[in-house]
Amino acid sequence: MTLLSEPKQEKAVGVKRRGRSFKPRYPTWLALPALVYEVIFFLGALGILVAFSFATQTGFSQITYGFSLDQYKAVFDPLYLSIFFRTLMMAAIGTILTVMVGYPVAYWMARYLSTYKLLAVLLIMVPFWTSFLIRTYALKIILDSQGFLAKTFGLDIMYTPIAVGIGLVYNYLPLFVLPVFGSLERMDWTLIEAATDLTARPLRAFWDITFRLTLPGIVTGALLVFIPMTGEYVIPAILSGGKYEFVGNLIGDTFNTAQNPPFGSALAIMLMVALSVFVVIYIAVATKEERFGA
Amino acid sequence: MTLAPGDVAFDVEFRGITKRFGPLVAVNRVDLQVNKGEFLSLLGPSGCGKTTSLRMIAGFEQPDEGELLIGGTDAVGVPPYRRNVNTVFQSYALFPHMSVIDNVAYGLKQRGTGKAERIRLSGEALELVQLTGRQDHRPSMLSGGQQQRVALARALVMHPQVLLLDEPLGALDLKLRKEMQVELKRIQEQVGITFIYVTHDQEEALSMSDRVAVMSNGVIEQLDEPRVIYDNPRTSFVAEFIGDMNFLSGVVTEKVGGQFIVDAGGGVVIRGHGAASRGSSVRVGIRPERMTALPGSPEQQANSAKATVLSKMYLGDQIQISVSLANGQRIIVREQRASANPVLDVVYSGDEVLVSWDDKAPLLLEQTVPLQSSAEAEQYTPSEEAAVHASTEES
Repeated sequence: MTLLSEPKQEKAVGVKRRGRSFKPRYPTWLALPALVYEVIFFLGALGILVAFSFATQTGFSQITYGFSLDQYKAVFDPLYLSIFFRTLMMAAIGTILTVMVGYPVAYWMARYLSTYKLLAVLLIMVPFWTSFLIRTYALKIILDSQGFLAKTFGLDIMYTPIAVGIGLVYNYLPLFVLPVFGSLERMDWTLIEAATDLTARPLRAFWDITFRLTLPGIVTGALLVFIPMTGEYVIPAILSGGKYEFVGNLIGDTFNTAQNPPFGSALAIMLMVALSVFVVIYIAVATKEERFGA
Repeated sequence: MTLAPGDVAFDVEFRGITKRFGPLVAVNRVDLQVNKGEFLSLLGPSGCGKTTSLRMIAGFEQPDEGELLIGGTDAVGVPPYRRNVNTVFQSYALFPHMSVIDNVAYGLKQRGTGKAERIRLSGEALELVQLTGRQDHRPSMLSGGQQQRVALARALVMHPQVLLLDEPLGALDLKLRKEMQVELKRIQEQVGITFIYVTHDQEEALSMSDRVAVMSNGVIEQLDEPRVIYDNPRTSFVAEFIGDMNFLSGVVTEKVGGQFIVDAGGGVVIRGHGAASRGSSVRVGIRPERMTALPGSPEQQANSAKATVLSKMYLGDQIQISVSLANGQRIIVREQRASANPVLDVVYSGDEVLVSWDDKAPLLLEQTVPLQSSAEAEQYTPSEEAAVHASTEES
């Protein structure tokens, strides 16, 4: 009898249940530890930042909480806006350079390597396992006016935007290469044969097919490097000698040197707002990629 | 008289083409001439070189040796995008990010055809393959059969000199495959383009093609009309690959005019037509449907042998029995169930039957003339030889 009654039951529950019926059910409270952690250390910290940003500085290290928009107004000072602009520009240039350096590498790995494919992925990843700070100092040795590039080729680019750009590309390359490699790995190269068969020249076939199909991967990778680049602190500090400050350095200085948490918080929140725009783009593209299945 | 380009006899011509992949010889000194407007199939098991041959015509691979002519002009070194040849890929290779109509129009766009013209021609091509009303769908929204049609339209819209089809029906289920076979033949007749069709499915090749090239190990074993391929296979490979075949081996004991007599051991004597020399070891093939089995066990004579039924199978429209001959060899006999009371209906495993065939049924396939003098050859005892063959040829 039980065998007969079961399908009946499913019919009664209806279509809604069908998609979920085979998933295991776990008790909700299992999510509690993670939730507590998130609330205290993520939302809590964010809350403090928001509270700071609406407060006013009353004397050295003295803060009066309230609801003042003064700090936000101060952000729109041309001096600070130019730092915002410079940060976004440098991050954009850094991202473009990363794409230009990273895409061919990922393409070569995905299309032409077979036996050494995993080794290549490993080699891309290895620098990532070293401390970010150490890597940047290592780069300084190469770029320094007494360093390898300057002595061998007479290229003294330390403390220039170029040095910062090189630093950005070097440090964030793996973050770009891996998602793009992933999307190139899923590429069906017969499509390229089909395109050339239909009289498309190789470059045209690449542009129409490979590039278009890996575009979601490129956008994912680009945003994955662009977002942390805008929050960069260490690279401009070390490689520009403080001459080309990013918003990150400005925030650090405001907190540490100027001892002005309210203004530092306002700057941080404004940076978050600016980045949210890009995150929204990212989510939109990521959803599209899922729909493509390419 | 010199022929103008496009006015040559063959659309595609292979002259001693060899293609190697490392130590592997994929295509071995192949000569092939494809007539204008013909439906030619390259048939063979995987790894026989059929797909490599097709890919060389498409331009995806370049031959290592030999000459390749397309429409009478040398095509070696010409990239795929400069060849007036289009391919229907096994996986269809439809562009997933483009709509059906954009997929079909892609080649025209590369050629610089105007947008209105592009859409008109693509629409026509889709009509030709009977896929309408799906122009704006993405390929992923179509069924396998529909995707197949899009791939076909995308290639046909280019009006190629030769259309290459690489196992295009391989991914479809049986019923759809049969439908598409009829469709493909209709389309080919309608557009009059030369089709070169790669397949490992012999039925597909035989039913659609004007000519079939049976390939094995990088060479063409036989190139003939389907009927000839089936009725007169020239090599053992072709005989075995196309349809089912019973093989009997023995030594030619007599040769009178165009006839030969082979002793296959155990009292099994085969009489057939063909040029066999006396004393040579031969391999003879007989199709299962060319044999009949009658219950009971009268005397053995030429072309009729006693056998014991091992098993029986119903194949729907046919009955098939597996029997063991007096020389120990197993063969298959098949009977159409066209009559109301098929003979094999009342035959069961363990029964004694008399298997017989007419003297047009045996096909002379392999012949090895022994190196001994003819005098020694006459003393040769064939039954031993036959027994050895029988033990290795049980299927």
